Amino acid sequence: MTVYSWLVRLSSARRRCAAPRRSDRAAGRRAILAEPLKLHEFQAKQVLARAGIPIPLGRVASTAGEVDAAVRALGSGPWVVKAQVHVGGRGKAGGIKLAKTPEEAQAHAESILGMDIKGLRVEKVYVERAATIAKELYLGITLDRDRRRPVVMLSTVGGMDIEEVAVTAPDRIARGWPSPLLGLLPFEARALCFDAGVPERQRDAVGEIAQKLYRSYESTDATLLEINPLFIQEDGSVMAGDAKLDVDDNALYRQPELASWREVAPDDAMEEKAREQGFSYVHLEGDVGIIGNGAGLVMGTLDAVRNAGGRAANFLDVGGGAKEEVVRAALEIVLANPRVRSVFINIFGGITRGDEVAKGILSVLDQAKPRVPLVIRLAGTEAEAGRQLLEGAPLVSRATMDEAAAEAVRLARESRA
Amino acid sequence: MSVLLGSDTRVLVQGLGREGSFHAGRMKEYGTRVVGATKPGKGGTTQDGIPLFDTVARAVDATGANASIIFVPAAHARDALLEAIDAAVGLVIAITEGIPVRDMLTVTAALEGSASVLIGPNCPGAITPGECKMGIMPAENFSPGGIGFVSRSGTLTYEIADLLTKSGLGQSTCLGIGGDPVIGLPTPDAVRHLNEDDATEAIVIVGEIGGSAEERAAEYMRAFGKKPAVGFIAGRSAPAGKRMGHAGAIVSGSQGTADSKVRAFEEAGITVATAPSEIPQLVRDALRGRG
Repeated sequence: MTVYSWLVRLSSARRRCAAPRRSDRAAGRRAILAEPLKLHEFQAKQVLARAGIPIPLGRVASTAGEVDAAVRALGSGPWVVKAQVHVGGRGKAGGIKLAKTPEEAQAHAESILGMDIKGLRVEKVYVERAATIAKELYLGITLDRDRRRPVVMLSTVGGMDIEEVAVTAPDRIARGWPSPLLGLLPFEARALCFDAGVPERQRDAVGEIAQKLYRSYESTDATLLEINPLFIQEDGSVMAGDAKLDVDDNALYRQPELASWREVAPDDAMEEKAREQGFSYVHLEGDVGIIGNGAGLVMGTLDAVRNAGGRAANFLDVGGGAKEEVVRAALEIVLANPRVRSVFINIFGGITRGDEVAKGILSVLDQAKPRVPLVIRLAGTEAEAGRQLLEGAPLVSRATMDEAAAEAVRLARESRA
Repeated sequence: MSVLLGSDTRVLVQGLGREGSFHAGRMKEYGTRVVGATKPGKGGTTQDGIPLFDTVARAVDATGANASIIFVPAAHARDALLEAIDAAVGLVIAITEGIPVRDMLTVTAALEGSASVLIGPNCPGAITPGECKMGIMPAENFSPGGIGFVSRSGTLTYEIADLLTKSGLGQSTCLGIGGDPVIGLPTPDAVRHLNEDDATEAIVIVGEIGGSAEERAAEYMRAFGKKPAVGFIAGRSAPAGKRMGHAGAIVSGSQGTADSKVRAFEEAGITVATAPSEIPQLVRDALRGRG
């Protein structure tokens, strides 16, 4: 089910130049289907600084030369050179290094820039004056789905993976659920500090930072905003050591600055290409390509393939009301994955029409015989018309999801042998 | 008797644009009593035979509407939802998809202590077959009967309703509650409505990975369940950390896995189907077991 036509209008109103209808539509749906926008540390820290939260002095650099200039501009060392990539565990991967001299900073930059961290190439580093760390705290805000409120978490076990702390020492995390109508109130911030056992000397400062962080969380439409670690320095001052900000993709229309900070990770090229076409694609490890309409049905299709003893190569939801050209693009993307050995197209038409789906498939088949067998299951709106159009086409049609899944798995296995 | 909507439901449409007017027409064809629509500035006129009103409050006064279906674009949906809640409309169904989480948090805060039940957003709506359809589902897949049905997913709802109907199992009420992380009527609340409903003989709960709504629904059924239930979880083969289309469908850490949900269902005595096609037979078995 998709009712995206207004989003189309919205997105087209936001576009600077007139674009053809289909890309407008794709843009509108991209707003729905994209992953949350993940920002780099230096970008998240900029957001914190604007909210009045203390951060170390820092500069972004993308060459060793820029690092040298940054170090000299920042003043006396030591400095930290930090890889800016969208993965956790940068430190362990050697992406964060301490430098005592400008020469050392430059050498670190040379080794970190271009480095591969969990498949991502480091294009930028962030150079900061090193803090003098006495203690590390954790402060973060995210959504509590069950309570339908934001949850603010504060812990004096900082600097490590908070999910791990949540499992090993859940009582070490103080939690508060502010009303979305009122925000994080002073007494709630104080209670968090008392519950977490923040040292008396830092209590006011940490409470204030929590309130400022909450205001940023709201104003940026964040789904996650965290400071980990939050440093207590040797002089007693409090400062954000690292920051993470994920923004609700549905709210990007009203966060133009944050939206403009988006970067496409090169390894997500396929997912990005699918996103540009306006559908949701996730790359998986199996060899049965999947196309379906509706997130739940596609998940169910993945499961059906597994039940039949196979493994899906991808998740691809063409959304509701997919027309011929969308189906064609979906098929092309799935077939572009070299691992795919059969494709299972599972459509239950509501808004989506079976005849439109059939036309999309035929337009691919007309150009060239696909390199792998196609299995289709059409049901719902105009399914009969779709099946008639496909009669005689080089593909296998099955009446139910289970039968079609079994056939797709069998064909994939056959072509492997 | 039926849950939340039936032959006495008088429906208002908020957002009579292209999609809204198309589906308002389909609802009328089905027999739903569409009594009016809001279009600020157009009050006093009609569109496609539907009387228009400037505000929800005026429409409620004039028509006695007790339900509203919302097609208003995402950027304006928060306002439309709050307006319906403010007018004490009993059942509000939001079809709109792409509403920011922050807006939904405001809406669900306003729901607390209000007179309204909200279904959605980003959902196919709800249907009491043979009586009232408030949504965008293809009506021919549904038939009247005794199976209460709640689902987080749209198309999968059609698929399963179709399977039930073809095997002669009609439905009391089907609630398509939506796949977003913040929704008005989460699975446990929907299950509670069906459990309390006299017309419902058995319950089908269709969940998906992400969140813990299914676990809480299972807890509720273990404590208060009066009728047999069958569950299905979509996304058993989905990897962690990857969002499967729905904003709500993501496994993060140990949260929201299919295994945890299946286990919770089984511990609550809810039979779990491994494929939608198994659901009708499992429902029959469950009914026989109780009968």
